Amino acid sequence: MQKMLTIISNVLRGSARRNGAQVVSEGASLVVASRSYADFTPEATFDIKKVDLHRLEEGPPLTSTLTREEGLKYYRTMQTIRRMELKADQLYKQKIIRGFCHLYDGQEACAVGIEGGITLSDHLITAYRAHGYTLTRGGTVREIMAELTGRRGGIAKGKGGSMHMYTKNFYGGNGIVGAQVPLGAGVALACKYLGNDQLCVSLYGDGAANQGQIFETYNMSSLWKLPIIFICENNQYAMGTSVERSAASTEYYKRGDYIPGIRVDGMDVLCVREATKFAAAHCRSGKGPILMELQTYRYHGHSMSDPGVSYRTREEIQEVRSKSDPISMLKDRMLSNNMASIEELKEIDIAVRKEIEDAAQFATTDPEPPLDDLCSHIFANDQPFEVRGATPWTKLTSTS
Amino acid sequence: MLHRWDGARFLPDRTLGIQAKEFNLGIIRPVNRVSHGLRVNVRDALNQAMDEELERDERVFLLGEEVAQYDGAYKVSRGLWKKYGDKRIIDTPITEMGFAGIAVGAAFAGLRPICEFMTWNFSMQAIDQVINSAAKTYYMSAGAQPVPIVFRGPNGSSAGVAAQHSQCFAAWYGHCPGLKVVSPWNSEDARGLLKAAIRDDNPVVFLENELMYGVPFDLSEEVMQKDFVVPIGKAKVERQGTHITLVSHSRCVGFCLDAATVLAKEGVECEVVNLRTIRPLDVDTIEASVMKTGHLVTVEGGWPQYGVGAEICARVMEGPAFNYLDAPAVRVTGVDIPMPYAKILEDHSVPQIKDIIFSVKKVLNIVFLIVTSSDYFIAINCSVTEIKLPFYQS
Repeated sequence: MQKMLTIISNVLRGSARRNGAQVVSEGASLVVASRSYADFTPEATFDIKKVDLHRLEEGPPLTSTLTREEGLKYYRTMQTIRRMELKADQLYKQKIIRGFCHLYDGQEACAVGIEGGITLSDHLITAYRAHGYTLTRGGTVREIMAELTGRRGGIAKGKGGSMHMYTKNFYGGNGIVGAQVPLGAGVALACKYLGNDQLCVSLYGDGAANQGQIFETYNMSSLWKLPIIFICENNQYAMGTSVERSAASTEYYKRGDYIPGIRVDGMDVLCVREATKFAAAHCRSGKGPILMELQTYRYHGHSMSDPGVSYRTREEIQEVRSKSDPISMLKDRMLSNNMASIEELKEIDIAVRKEIEDAAQFATTDPEPPLDDLCSHIFANDQPFEVRGATPWTKLTSTS
Repeated sequence: MLHRWDGARFLPDRTLGIQAKEFNLGIIRPVNRVSHGLRVNVRDALNQAMDEELERDERVFLLGEEVAQYDGAYKVSRGLWKKYGDKRIIDTPITEMGFAGIAVGAAFAGLRPICEFMTWNFSMQAIDQVINSAAKTYYMSAGAQPVPIVFRGPNGSSAGVAAQHSQCFAAWYGHCPGLKVVSPWNSEDARGLLKAAIRDDNPVVFLENELMYGVPFDLSEEVMQKDFVVPIGKAKVERQGTHITLVSHSRCVGFCLDAATVLAKEGVECEVVNLRTIRPLDVDTIEASVMKTGHLVTVEGGWPQYGVGAEICARVMEGPAFNYLDAPAVRVTGVDIPMPYAKILEDHSVPQIKDIIFSVKKVLNIVFLIVTSSDYFIAINCSVTEIKLPFYQS
């Protein structure tokens, strides 16, 4: 029996480069009866796509070693983001979430992979498509969803909404396109100033990549050798404008000019992780900034008010979903290398679903913030002061 | 020979400032000679305040164009780079939006930046970072993310710098919740408010005035203490008076005091209120003064529409002081035009002391006279509501 298992797992490991799904299902039917956790492969090394380099002699490694633990963690986190975003979609259509809602499904590998390459004591800032990052940076699904529904249990007590969520060392959630990039450089400046060996990851999209303030930031970060990783999440569309229609040069990893850059497959969590590790090492060695372009894709439109099919075809979306889905890719890898069983992953799916349901339940039943909160949090560490209401007779009080 | 309304006669060169010859009438204000005090100009007061705060707190640093090796475009940061070095006094490229964003980000991460705009006109390049990234963040994060930053630089009109370099931003920034906006007049204000601003855990817009940089004031020993701060949000009554309240900020406070001196000789006692802070506005001090005097004239360098004076008048109308007003409150402001270059035009684009005196007398319903360039004079009774003033020769 043991010998059979070894033979089978060797065969399965060898097929990791191909679509292992079919092989997996065949193999799974053979081994399922005798599976125990002790039989799982504790770690495996995968070939990952070579990255494109700009002003670099060497790039990240061409292989990535994934432990079973890491794999399960990444799987669970990505699945949580996916389910959370789909739930947000549902709640938005039920008008329980209002305003802006920019969903991240399809791009999970970016958030999870980046976090895999840095630590929680590093810093991160992104734009408005931020729910995934809020999670990877320490937020809970409950708090995130309650913020989307504008309740007092929200991560920003209902005061911020979808685009303004903050956690420790995570500076949002920023609504103004491109503004987060100089902010990220400021955080990096603080890291260098305080000498704490931390770095800041500053994310922006293909749309923001043309912003002048980003080039201003490239300049100052390079000049002052700030420990910042610029990451362009290129999901091919800035709202409804494709990259070909908005950028004279769509090689976003080269747009930093004098800043070394790498272009990475953003749908593969291992690629993203290795690239981030490489970039982090570059920063921490004092060499200054580095730029990463993550080629990724969003399944939803730009926001909930965009069906997302007027500027691209359903076929295109479907093709990405079937060929490059980040969660499927990781799942296939793990199953084909005997790092997890289908049941185990299904259990994770069920657990995630439950977590999302509970969170959604909380988010829809938690009360809205009290009216006393209307004027609070205007100033930090200040005496309470009077705030003018809508009429001269409405005197409200602001507390810190 | 000039005839005054009460029959007095004056030689033209001794009309106590009603001549339109110059704006700085050269009136010698009673000098406030304080013992053990120092004569410090506004520039040095700002410089010393920054120096002391840099020394006091390691997290404080200064960034902006020319602040380091050039010693500051207006020499406000003279000597600081030599003392503190590259780490704490940072020269930036000419990229306001970028470096203002960097400053705000540094504040997010726990430092206490002072971000200098060479003049506040250039802040328009970066205004998104000031408002959306700095002012609103503490609120949006429900208190999770404070932003302890000071934005400072010269504001308002200067001399001969023309339209793009002469705008006053008090009303623009004063409009926004989440910001504290201060506008010092003299050295005491400058020193105390800058210290308060740097020590404040919130974004502060610090509006200096280039023409005031070189003006010296006496500072008492108490003011020279390292921990001397002027509280943000509190106005100061610079001169007690009984007949009318003049409310002003920045350089115009000096003009109000000059006007008050002239008017005092005619028996009109003006109370001059130096706002010191634009936001939060010290309505209590203004109302107390108006309730005492029954008359109000606001004086500012900025444009009239939607300005600081407009806000003060609206607040007075909405509050208890309205019932004490014996006449409508009135604003003296900059002329509603982009600033012209030619000296004669520029001089007529800003509030002059004669405008303050004229407004006070109109509000108090006093008869007065005007001198024209040919030394003829016109006696005008204030019951006439519309007069066209002939242009003066400078």
